[in-house]
Amino acid sequence: MTTVQTILRWRGPDGGVRGWFGRQPRLVRWTLLAAIAAGAYALPYVGEVPVIGPQIVTEGVDWRTALFNISYFVLLALGLNVVVGFAGLLDLGYVGFFAVGAYTVALLASPNSDFKTNWPWLATVPVAIVITMISGVLLGWPTLRLRGDYLAIVTLGFAEIIRIFAENTTLLRGDRGFSGIPHPPGKHADGTPIFGVRDAGPYYWLGVSLIIVIVLAIRNLDRSRVGRSWLAIREDEDAAAIMGVRTFKYKLWAFAIGACVGGLGGVMFAGQNGFMNSASFQIQFSVLILAGVVMGGSGNIAGAILGGALISYIPDRLRGVEIAGQDAFQYRFLMFGIAIILIMIFRPQGLIPSRRRAMELKDRAKEVAPQ
Amino acid sequence: MHFDDLAHNWGPLTASGLAQGAIYALFALGYTLVYGVLRLINFAHSEVFMVGSYAALITWGFFGLDENSATPPATEVIGYVVLGVLVAAAISGITALVVELVAYRPLRRHNAPPLAFLITAIGASLVISEAVGVATHRNQRGVPPLIQPADAFTIGNTHVTNLEILIILLTLVMMVGLDRFINRTRLGRGIRAVAQSPDTAALMGVNKDRVISLVFLIGGLMAGIAAVMYLFKIGTTRYDAGFSLGIAAFTAAVLGGIGNLRGAVVGGIIIGLFENYGSALFGSNYRNVVTFVVLIVILMFRPSGILGEALGRARA
Repeated sequence: MTTVQTILRWRGPDGGVRGWFGRQPRLVRWTLLAAIAAGAYALPYVGEVPVIGPQIVTEGVDWRTALFNISYFVLLALGLNVVVGFAGLLDLGYVGFFAVGAYTVALLASPNSDFKTNWPWLATVPVAIVITMISGVLLGWPTLRLRGDYLAIVTLGFAEIIRIFAENTTLLRGDRGFSGIPHPPGKHADGTPIFGVRDAGPYYWLGVSLIIVIVLAIRNLDRSRVGRSWLAIREDEDAAAIMGVRTFKYKLWAFAIGACVGGLGGVMFAGQNGFMNSASFQIQFSVLILAGVVMGGSGNIAGAILGGALISYIPDRLRGVEIAGQDAFQYRFLMFGIAIILIMIFRPQGLIPSRRRAMELKDRAKEVAPQ
Repeated sequence: MHFDDLAHNWGPLTASGLAQGAIYALFALGYTLVYGVLRLINFAHSEVFMVGSYAALITWGFFGLDENSATPPATEVIGYVVLGVLVAAAISGITALVVELVAYRPLRRHNAPPLAFLITAIGASLVISEAVGVATHRNQRGVPPLIQPADAFTIGNTHVTNLEILIILLTLVMMVGLDRFINRTRLGRGIRAVAQSPDTAALMGVNKDRVISLVFLIGGLMAGIAAVMYLFKIGTTRYDAGFSLGIAAFTAAVLGGIGNLRGAVVGGIIIGLFENYGSALFGSNYRNVVTFVVLIVILMFRPSGILGEALGRARA
């Protein structure tokens, strides 16, 4: 079997849970995935499971809010995974797109906005998606001919510029922020809104549904011509260009799709919180999400989901926990940092490494083996 | 837009920008050296800097100096400053070495992909800054008034202070020293060899691990010195002081051509100057916007920085 066939062969060749999973008939695989999705929907009730439940639930944070946080972190990790994991473009300013999405919602829907449009939340969603996509293309157009770390610093600069404008322009209201951003629509039978202020559960379920849609879309993209072009660009951009892959076009696609998913995360965030200001979009946030993607397994959708969930869950779980008489809350990022280092030392390819990636690396090791 | 402001204060802005740029240059050296040898953004370098600033403050604290104490006599001041610089450089150097040992070396053993290094670097950066944050209760700490800024000389409305002269001179000395070290000595040749081709260098008998440690040590020493200069110029430090400064310094390294020592100096000074001009022109809130716009524009015309990437490449 030629190298290309090995790389493009989808199911892993060997054992392990995923090897077993890959060998099952299509029906079994889809049933299992549906069961996992159902499990995700049931997570808000996990606290009622005896013995295990209380260990999982966050103590210092409302569990459903923590779950909602997880859902938009996962969304962001999925989007960044397209840029970093699939196309291999190092983006350190991903929070910029998150901010563009959130600010579009705020500007169009909040009563504080100078535009005074007061749109409902749902109407802002398509506009926000289009605008974040455009911002992705606008950022990518001049910068995507830069390579590697140059691209990283420019994207970081982009996010900083957005944050600085958010902080200092009257249109974006700085740290006074926008309040009264409307929630998603829908009413219960008794007339109370489904998406209220107190219960974050519905937002979480909305988030999970969005994640499922995005996962299906991204998975199909990755298996298409576009995905194969990303793979080629990631592994060797020059070789890809020589083989006729239009590198610039596909890099721009990766950027735009990543941006649009990030914007969607921002839309969710604004819709749930009802209030947002410039403090929500620090650079550290992009770094955290990047850490999640790579920790989970760059280039792998399941890995991105796990990584994104962990970066939100670990700090929230440590809130309100007492270790040796001290509140773990103030040590949460310290412990989180240690966790990142340990995970990367023991699993340098991430918690759930991309199989395709692993095969490529093995193949490459063979090429350079006789040193 | 305040063009008259800029025109009127051009002299003072330039003087202060040069001093700021000198600090960035010293700081950027750590990024550029490590990048030149390992092709890796050492994200934890900003924390190496921050640790150095605390090391100097704690040293002065031993002598009963804090932000409220009086300025000691001149002879003592020289002693304190030298001691502060030495301790800060030493502690920063050691921190950089430890980061290399704990966060990077195990990954190199595992032949990890490049992104993995970036993430452990982020982890190390979080650990250090949070540890200091917890220990200092996230308060900022002031600098004892060791050096009272006084005008050294005046040209027109430009008052050049003794502090600015000290910072610029010290940077120049360090830079020339480092340049000679890299280009003239045996150890420097080792660094250039590893930067050019790690495997070939190893075959030629260069101890790769030792060279990498050395590079981290030098970067740390420079960051420690930059930290003391920063303390004198800004007056306070905090557990997260390294972060934004680190971004500016890294921008400087990229601007000059990452991996290129002289590039780091050129980049640092350009960033320092443009930050000052930019904040005069658009207000100080927008200083970083100016920095990044300058970066993007320069990278559009010179995609690998002003002086290009070359630690070992150009002149072997």
